[in-house]
Amino acid sequence: MSTQAGTLNQCGGCASSCQHGAQLTRLGIKVRNWDYTIALAGNPNTGKSTIFNQLTGLRQHVGNWAGKTVSRAEGAFNFNDKKFKLVDLPGTYSLLSTSVDEEIARDFILFGKPDVTVIVADATRLERSLHLVLQVLEITSRAVVALNLMDEAGRNGLTIDARELVRELGVPVVPMAARRADGISELLAAIEKVSLNEFPLRARQARYADEELELSIGMLANNLQATFGDLPNARWVALRLLEGDESIINAVRDKTLGTLKTENSLPSMALSEAR
Amino acid sequence: MTLDMLETGCTATVKSINNQSTERRRLFDLGILPGTKIENVMPSPLGDPIAYRVRSSVVALRREQARLIEIEK
Amino acid sequence: MNAENIIKQAADLRRSIGENLHDRVTAAIYRDAEQIADRAVARQGESAAQSFDQKLDRILTSRIWGFPLMLLMLTTVLWLTIAGANVPSAMLADFLQGTIYNGLHSLASSLSSPWWLSGFLIDGVYLATAWVISVMLPPMAIFFPLFTLLEDLGYLPRVAFNLDRLFKRAGAHGKQSLTMMMGYGCNAAGVVSTRIIDSPRERLIAIVTNNFSICNGRFPTMILIGTIFIGATAPPILASFIAATSVAAVAVLGIVFTLLVSAFLSKTWLKGEASSFSLELPPYRPPQIWQTLYRSLIDRTLIVLKRAVWMAAPAGAIIWLISNVFIGEISIAAHIIGFLNPFGLLLGLNGVILLAYIVAIPANEIVVPTIIMLTLNAAKSGLAQNGVMFEPETDAQVREVLTGVGGWTILTGINLMLFSLLHNPCSTTILTIWQETKSLKWTAISTILPVALGIAVCFLTASIARLSGLI
Repeated sequence: MSTQAGTLNQCGGCASSCQHGAQLTRLGIKVRNWDYTIALAGNPNTGKSTIFNQLTGLRQHVGNWAGKTVSRAEGAFNFNDKKFKLVDLPGTYSLLSTSVDEEIARDFILFGKPDVTVIVADATRLERSLHLVLQVLEITSRAVVALNLMDEAGRNGLTIDARELVRELGVPVVPMAARRADGISELLAAIEKVSLNEFPLRARQARYADEELELSIGMLANNLQATFGDLPNARWVALRLLEGDESIINAVRDKTLGTLKTENSLPSMALSEAR
Repeated sequence: MTLDMLETGCTATVKSINNQSTERRRLFDLGILPGTKIENVMPSPLGDPIAYRVRSSVVALRREQARLIEIEK
Repeated sequence: MNAENIIKQAADLRRSIGENLHDRVTAAIYRDAEQIADRAVARQGESAAQSFDQKLDRILTSRIWGFPLMLLMLTTVLWLTIAGANVPSAMLADFLQGTIYNGLHSLASSLSSPWWLSGFLIDGVYLATAWVISVMLPPMAIFFPLFTLLEDLGYLPRVAFNLDRLFKRAGAHGKQSLTMMMGYGCNAAGVVSTRIIDSPRERLIAIVTNNFSICNGRFPTMILIGTIFIGATAPPILASFIAATSVAAVAVLGIVFTLLVSAFLSKTWLKGEASSFSLELPPYRPPQIWQTLYRSLIDRTLIVLKRAVWMAAPAGAIIWLISNVFIGEISIAAHIIGFLNPFGLLLGLNGVILLAYIVAIPANEIVVPTIIMLTLNAAKSGLAQNGVMFEPETDAQVREVLTGVGGWTILTGINLMLFSLLHNPCSTTILTIWQETKSLKWTAISTILPVALGIAVCFLTASIARLSGLI
């Protein structure tokens, strides 16, 4: 495969992924057709951009402060002769609030129906990362957790049992240190597996200890299943309806919930005129 | 007692967050909710904002935000 | 059950659960997350890394040392940029404006090309491009990697942490201090970096005020003037240190203006609610020095080269043209200078400076050589070939040219530094502002506001100096 972003490729320091040089080809920005769409989600400042760069060969701004992805949100790569389109979602702490970023991220995962959603977690701040992971798992079970910053965790005296996490979450968990390109090949393998439905996904179903909440959600979820047929994330939709989320309410009303959007891309973000 | 009254170096537990504020969701997103442990790490040289450790990360909050958080030591 | 019924049922349940549904959901998820994390993470007490972080933070944000250390950091970065760029700049200048330049002229004469063609292409277009590259590339190649290293290290949020109170008072977003810092490298980059500010209103404030960060392109002007009018009083060993300090002083003045104008905007044209503040102080991370330096270097080199070609080349063409096309007895340039001179003097500057700034809209770097060349031309001293950018060898020579031939006083020097701080953004930045805001109105304001301020401030200082009999 030719690399359109050939001149942008820098193998400086990507020791382990260069072993897979024959398998991984970075395609930069433009890709006409692809086999699988991958969404990249995560809290801000978790090394999401580093991973994006590593996979696509693009250079987004990477800095050690919770910032914004500055350049293109989409890229592509080729792995094992399959083309993957990678969509970098805005960094968010949660998918439940009403900020623009969160809506964009959430809408893409829900309506864009990516084949795999990779959630980048910060090994040094696992609790907070899990908050987002659990929410994503409510929406889709086709997920991979990239447990990044493992080198930092080590430096801070933390040991993380990735297998325990796989047991708890029911999806692949890949320990990584993206800065050093550690774990990239394992991540690619996991993404491929999930894309091809080769991983037995048993994504964790959150059971809320809050009884009243749990009952309400259960009731609505059942009714949704009855009406819409097999909806894998009925519980999540139920939760959104319960919260009064306008866009989800409309989707239920219009029955667009079950449809597949063919255009897996993000809306462009233009700065709106201040009043 | 509200968070802005917590001395440097001390830890407390969040009791509640002012219901009327729009900040509430934001604070929740950062992991600051009832039951969370929070520690005053250090103030900025000009006194505001103050850095707090919550759930293994350090976030800076302005005094007016800290004032919305009820704590108990 | 059909869709409408489900929606209604949800509404009913929502009412019965009550107001704090969202809280309960968030709390429930966090509880889950806590449990999982408890089982999967083992902590071996507080590590050396953590306590080191904390100790370092205590110093960098302490009441006593916080600000001085920041100023020290700023001055050090500026000094490294200035001192480090000297030799490479001289080498590049030698090569591009010496060897290649002469080579091109030899080639031209061997091809018997007409004087106006070789003049236009070599003395105009090529020379301007060569100048920008030799003056711009070394400082940028040093500043940006340094900045990126500081970023990777995690120091920048601490700066935002330290300065936040000032920015809050000015009605600006907490992260504006970060975009302001980016502007010291390049204002266009600073404008792009404002994407980290969510609220459009506060983002605009950051964009409009970004120009008060003196970008790398204005360093040469600052340093030169600072050196010959201020540093000349110090012994040669301290010269570059004095130069760096004077640039730092103007930089600080720039920060003052940033805060003042932000305050003004947030109380008038861009009034509104302050958005939620949140700043994370990430742990310090050892930067991957070589990788960062390498990548940053390549990035910057490409950007500077591109800019040189797109912006400097046309500017060079124009300079050559106005200096060599005559209307009546004198060149167009001389006409314009004469026209602008009265206004210039009013501002404590002169017609040459104003014309130089107009020509240098595409690229701030060519202000100084343009001034020198126009000064020499206007005086018809014969020291320079017409329309050729010429750099006298030593600072002393430059001083001679400016004070002797150009009639500069110390007021001119100071006001030039002030005007360099307070004038319109370069065309790259203007274009970037347009791309980021898609608003003609705000692009215009961002362009005109600084220069209006510059005119006002220069007029003020000139008037004060004259009225109080100092000049």
